[in-house]
Amino acid sequence: MSPIWPMYRALVGVGMLCGLLIAVVFEGTLPIIEKNKAEALEKAVFAVIPAAASRETIELDGGEVYAAYDAGGKLVGVAIEASAMGYADVVTLLYGYDPNAETIIGIRVLTSKETPGLGDKIEKDETFLRNFDALDARVDESGSAMRNRIVTVKNGTKTEPWQIDAITGATITSNAVGEALGSSSERWIPKVKEWADEH
Amino acid sequence: MSTDEFIKGLWRENPVFVQVLGMCPVLAVTNSAINGLAMGLATTFVMLMSNTIVSTLRNFIPKQVRIATYILVIATFVTIVDYAIAAISLDLHKALGAFIALIVVNCLILGRAEAFASKHSIGDAILDALGMGAGFTIALLALGGVREILGSGSLFNVTLFPASFEPWIVMILPGGGFFTLAGWLLVINYFKQRKALAEEAAQ
Repeated sequence: MSPIWPMYRALVGVGMLCGLLIAVVFEGTLPIIEKNKAEALEKAVFAVIPAAASRETIELDGGEVYAAYDAGGKLVGVAIEASAMGYADVVTLLYGYDPNAETIIGIRVLTSKETPGLGDKIEKDETFLRNFDALDARVDESGSAMRNRIVTVKNGTKTEPWQIDAITGATITSNAVGEALGSSSERWIPKVKEWADEH
Repeated sequence: MSTDEFIKGLWRENPVFVQVLGMCPVLAVTNSAINGLAMGLATTFVMLMSNTIVSTLRNFIPKQVRIATYILVIATFVTIVDYAIAAISLDLHKALGAFIALIVVNCLILGRAEAFASKHSIGDAILDALGMGAGFTIALLALGGVREILGSGSLFNVTLFPASFEPWIVMILPGGGFFTLAGWLLVINYFKQRKALAEEAAQ
């Protein structure tokens, strides 16, 4: 008969120690990680709206968007979060929307666990990022829906200004970007446009 | 305690090229040199901590529950590495994000805990972890370097070829991992065999 007590002692003891260690490290690093995330978001807002000089958080229809103003206090863009399922996990983006030109003028990946070297090209590939220099995001006549849904198309087949040219070898992640922008723009851009017209 | 415990991991018992252990991260993450290096260092740290703890507790853990205990210890340190990297730099965390969790299932770490640390003193276990970690890092760098040069035309993100170079996309896809590993194994076994033949002829 094998003694049971040493097994319990080892498993419970090591388990408790490990739990304690993780809890301590988690508590210790949490404020630093939160601070890093806030800084990353701040930087991302200014990255997706290049003309921005200051920003303010706007409460809109149960969510938050970030309005950006130039040095003269004029609204130059609104940064909105978007997310969709990628290859490995949910990809979260921040994109800049210019309500005057009705275009998306930049994207920045906030969180992504996509395959390094493939899926993470959505952040680095210059040809892909050029899709977002002026991506068509017009609101239709009724003002409550998008005229064209933003979609990702196969590499080299982009014909319309609201299409995104995918990256060869990273189709699933490219599609996730299109899906994130497509669904987020349908939910947010008509409301943001309405808000921007009032201001 | 002898330095051989360190040196054996570099070449004679290299975890990747000789023991062929931990193939999941070896093939999955080595599509660039920097990814290989980062994975190698993270794995070395986790192996160092797990070897130290397993060796310390080797008389305390009954053999029926040893694997469960080792996994618990390894998973704890992987989680700690994950938090620590996120606290140090979110950009680094974003680059490594997908494969930090893979370290838990790296059979190399469990293998060293089971085969070495649970039977040797703390000093030897630390040297063993450092040696195996260094050997693993070198191997990952060797694979990541070749794959990045051929697949992206660069090394450590520094472009090596003129723009006319057409990158071999397959090298950064999973298939390229197998090709590169096969190539390295071929080269290493060729030299090992030649050395063995030369020794035989000398006798």
